[in-house]
Amino acid sequence: MVIHTYIEYMGWGAGGWGDEFFFGFLMTLKISLSAYALAVIFGFFATTAKLSKNIFLRFMAVSYTTVVRALPEILMVLIVYFTVAGLAETALVKAGFVDKGFQFNPFWAAVFALAFVAGAFMAEVLRAARLAVPEGQIESATAIGMSSLQIFMRVILPQMMRHAIPGMGNLWLSITKDSAIVAVLGAFSELLYTGYRAAAATKEYVFFYGVTAVLFLLITLISIAVIQWMERHLNRGYA
Amino acid sequence: MTATALSVRNIRKSFGEDEVLKGISFDAHSGDVISIIGSSGSGKSTLLRCINFLERADSGEVAVAGEIIKTHKAKDGQLSPSDKHQLKQMRARLGMVFQNFNLWAHRTVLENIIEGPVQVLKHPKKKAVADAEILMDKVGISQKRNHYPSQLSGGQQQRVAIARALAMQPTVMLFDEPTSALDPELVNEVVQVIRQLATEKRTMIMVTHEMALAREISTHLIFLHNGRIEEQGPPQLIMENPKSDRLRQFIGKF
Ligand SMILES: Nc1ncnc2c1ncn2[C@@H]1O[C@H](COP(=O)(O)OP(=O)(O)OP(=O)(O)O)[C@@H](O)[C@H]1O
Ligand SMILES: [Mg+2]
Repeated sequence: MVIHTYIEYMGWGAGGWGDEFFFGFLMTLKISLSAYALAVIFGFFATTAKLSKNIFLRFMAVSYTTVVRALPEILMVLIVYFTVAGLAETALVKAGFVDKGFQFNPFWAAVFALAFVAGAFMAEVLRAARLAVPEGQIESATAIGMSSLQIFMRVILPQMMRHAIPGMGNLWLSITKDSAIVAVLGAFSELLYTGYRAAAATKEYVFFYGVTAVLFLLITLISIAVIQWMERHLNRGYA
Repeated sequence: MTATALSVRNIRKSFGEDEVLKGISFDAHSGDVISIIGSSGSGKSTLLRCINFLERADSGEVAVAGEIIKTHKAKDGQLSPSDKHQLKQMRARLGMVFQNFNLWAHRTVLENIIEGPVQVLKHPKKKAVADAEILMDKVGISQKRNHYPSQLSGGQQQRVAIARALAMQPTVMLFDEPTSALDPELVNEVVQVIRQLATEKRTMIMVTHEMALAREISTHLIFLHNGRIEEQGPPQLIMENPKSDRLRQFIGKF
């Protein structure tokens, strides 16, 4: 095999796999970013519930994080995809937010499933970060008459993020990889699935799985650079 | 007769079975400096914290400049503020200085000082900075305006905390042992600032173990024991002639 065949493999259009990989790369980013954003929201809710005075809320949150962390991720994603998404649909219909017969499109159902799993880990990261913010600084904000929202946005959140960034960064890295799990739910044409198709069609397993690996690596390397920049930014003022 | 800046009526507070405050009342008139002394665990901090509702009392009443903080009895039996908006306004008028400074670690000296004026009093940032400059000068921290709290000594941090409280132009300043977390050689720089405030006739309530300072600047001294005001009066008088054995013992320790 000579070099120019590989270049042809990665060509754009019908003959090559370049465009497929490009869109697979984008799809992986799209799934990861959506799932991550949703996981942050789940995580905040679960953390708030865990730290609340209400026993029922605490119980719900602890059950959620415990169950999710106990089961294999892929199993959890399957369960959520086929059951919880359906329940959520019914709930949304009942609450009147959407019309009868509403169904998540499979993309969002898959994103929801991934986020549901990541959210449980996120909750742990955020809880530890929240507890690392000294109570005294919250009291001094309360004492000058700041509202709860101001205290959260201006005192708790910025300092919490400093403690959360390493953990949140790790979760981002793992969600970019876990996004490949959705391949079991159907054809979403993300990176792994694209690699699999290209390898199967050409029998060039090593080459195409290699390309897939390099692209995942690329996401990770860029992510690490961004995370480090954020850490430096948030650590200003700390010895 | 000057106006009543702070009026505290019948504050009671229990932690579980332990009744820490058994009905405390006192008034601070404008310009009064009231020092609260008492042994460890006598409820001094709890009293200060009940005044600005960092801690919820079981019963009692607090009024700032004649305005009563509206409360109702909550289900858990504690006194709950009824009007969040009013509570925030009242807190803004009670400048609290904590034993451990409690500066916001992610904000510089200047940012710490202008936070309240900008966010709570809604002053324009320009005005807040101009006001902060005067205060930083006053507490001698101007050179450190762009430093973060972790880059300051304890004494410097406490002076920033005092400036931060003053920036709210409070009716009353509440100090909870402002010097007891400091290394001995740093106590004096903070004492200087407090002394200065007293000569300016600021209304202050100060929990302290600095007997010399209390005697020097207070207009009134309150000795707290077992959740009650055991003795009170002009500082010279009651320090030289303590009536109760408790106070005699307490003073004897210094
Ligand atoms: N949040 C709390 N929960 C339970 N008990 C508390 C709480 N805060 C204070 N106490 C108890 O109330 C009593 C009074 O405490 P407080 O901190 O007011 O004393 P203090 O006079 O300020 O003492 P010190 O001079 O040591 O600061 C103590 O017995 C303390 O253990
Ligand atoms: Mg105390």
